[in-house]
Amino acid sequence: MVQTKEGQIRIPSGCAIAAIMDKRGRTFTGDDIIKSIALMHDRSNGLGGGFAAYGIYPEYRECFAFHVFYDSEAAKAATEEFLNAHYDIQMCGVIPTTPTKGIGKSPKIWRYFATPNRIKLDAFAYAEEEYTAQCVIKINDHIDGAYVFSSGKNMGAFKAVGYPEDVGEYYMLPSYKAYLWTAHGRFPTNTPGWWGGAHPFTLLDWSIVHNGEISSYDANRRYVEMFGYKCSLQTDTEVITYLFDLLVRKHGLSLETAATVLAAPDWDVIDKLCDVDKQRLTALRATYSGALVNGPFSVILGFNGGLVALNDRLKLRALMAAEDKDKYYFASEESAIRVVCPNPDRVWSVGGGEPVVLKIKGVSV
Amino acid sequence: MTVTAGLKHHKELNEELKAAFAKAKSVTLKDVNGQRYIGCGVRGDYKIDIYGTPGNDLAAYMDGLTINVNGNVQDAAGNTMNNGTIIIHGRAGDALGYAMRNGAIYVETDVGYRCGIHMKEYKDAKPAIVIGGCAGAFLGEYMAGGTLVLLGLNRKNDDSLVGSYFGTGMHGGVIYVRGNVPEHRLAKEVTSFECSGEDMEQIARYVKNYCTYFGVSYDEVMSEKFLRISPRSKRPYGDMYAHI
Repeated sequence: MVQTKEGQIRIPSGCAIAAIMDKRGRTFTGDDIIKSIALMHDRSNGLGGGFAAYGIYPEYRECFAFHVFYDSEAAKAATEEFLNAHYDIQMCGVIPTTPTKGIGKSPKIWRYFATPNRIKLDAFAYAEEEYTAQCVIKINDHIDGAYVFSSGKNMGAFKAVGYPEDVGEYYMLPSYKAYLWTAHGRFPTNTPGWWGGAHPFTLLDWSIVHNGEISSYDANRRYVEMFGYKCSLQTDTEVITYLFDLLVRKHGLSLETAATVLAAPDWDVIDKLCDVDKQRLTALRATYSGALVNGPFSVILGFNGGLVALNDRLKLRALMAAEDKDKYYFASEESAIRVVCPNPDRVWSVGGGEPVVLKIKGVSV
Repeated sequence: MTVTAGLKHHKELNEELKAAFAKAKSVTLKDVNGQRYIGCGVRGDYKIDIYGTPGNDLAAYMDGLTINVNGNVQDAAGNTMNNGTIIIHGRAGDALGYAMRNGAIYVETDVGYRCGIHMKEYKDAKPAIVIGGCAGAFLGEYMAGGTLVLLGLNRKNDDSLVGSYFGTGMHGGVIYVRGNVPEHRLAKEVTSFECSGEDMEQIARYVKNYCTYFGVSYDEVMSEKFLRISPRSKRPYGDMYAHI
């Protein structure tokens, strides 16, 4: 049989993202987010799906929850040696999965709940977030065949090669309860479809799901690597996660300002503003030119305290939002919101370069 | 005749729709959940009444049908539509009427970005989109022909009427706007004019239809002043790479 080559068949795909958040931080199961992302099945091609879930580990809320893919026993042994040297592991085990049609050969998938080793942390002299971020970067960069794909507290990422609805079933997400869920269905364009390359991309409690592509990737990668980050996952999206971590956690920018750095207004727009705004935005663009993200994108950033939805400034990707009673919904297509929430109080389209920042009441970051 | 869409794949749904047209001129689609390409490439004087949210590329390449949508539509509805009418009782997503060639689209409320992008006309084939609410940025981008009418009935102020880069690359056709367009919204390729008697006749025709479809008072809509936005040139980028 002659195999059909790329270009001889049309694959009408374009990635899908979705999110559901409870305004007051009350948790709910993964059923609805799976249903929402599943409706956009045709936007992915089976080469990646994933979810981020916030509030799922209340019994270990003080621990960093590491989710790790291992390609080999050697990778696992080396990683555990490293983790034991730097953390006190409170609990660990295989992440429960169920055999699912559509999910092929998997790496070993482990989970560790851990607190930083007190003596090491004191000697390190920075906050435990910085300690953990550096440990994660070290494992991903130095241990061959080990990928920490989730490292926040009381949250977790779940991802695989497959369609997102199958990924949700595989990880049994209806059995988890979260106050914020994000989801992604992947159609990889320029980069390979592999387990580590599925979305979301995380560091600490930041997670990114992304529809689009980043034409400024190399400029952004060089920029974040100056601050110690390593882009090791063979895809453009991870750099967005590191940009938010750098700008918000390390540089102390507000989420709104960080979003404005990533999707900065055009110079001709800045020219028309009043002097105060003009100075502020000119300073931001000048200081953070390496953090300007170019190209078509819609992204949802999740974190323990809420989410940010952001489109590129020219709005070359779709992103719809809705509000209904105590919940917010986001999806690449309105129908994917209405399939789980038929008559929302309010539906709107997220504008280009106009971030939507939503914080959860009563959840400390 | 009624067809229930539910969670059927768009391929299956569109095949059922075509089969239904063999038996009936008018088909009601119920419980539509994002199925793409509804009415795509279909020719004839059929009628489709849609309940739910139709997916992207609604009525793409459609030729002659009338589609009534009881709700919102997603992106690229009326993509390269050849003829017919779409009446949307709600809002429309981005790129509504993308490269549309003839026929008309009426939207009760707002449209997203890039409405009417690369719309065109040829002899008697003159497409039109009538927008009851406000429009996102890049309205009429690269527009080459046809008519857009922007009513702004629900606008808070003139600034919310239309997004930035209005008419970027526009080189044909006309856009009528009810109200004032802030100068900084207009792209360099377009200019605003007072409406002539001929313009007002055109506007009246479209507004009458709009008011009939959505039960709005014609006199009230027409009580405000309209502007005409036209391209400065038929070839705005003719000199872009030329040495002058």
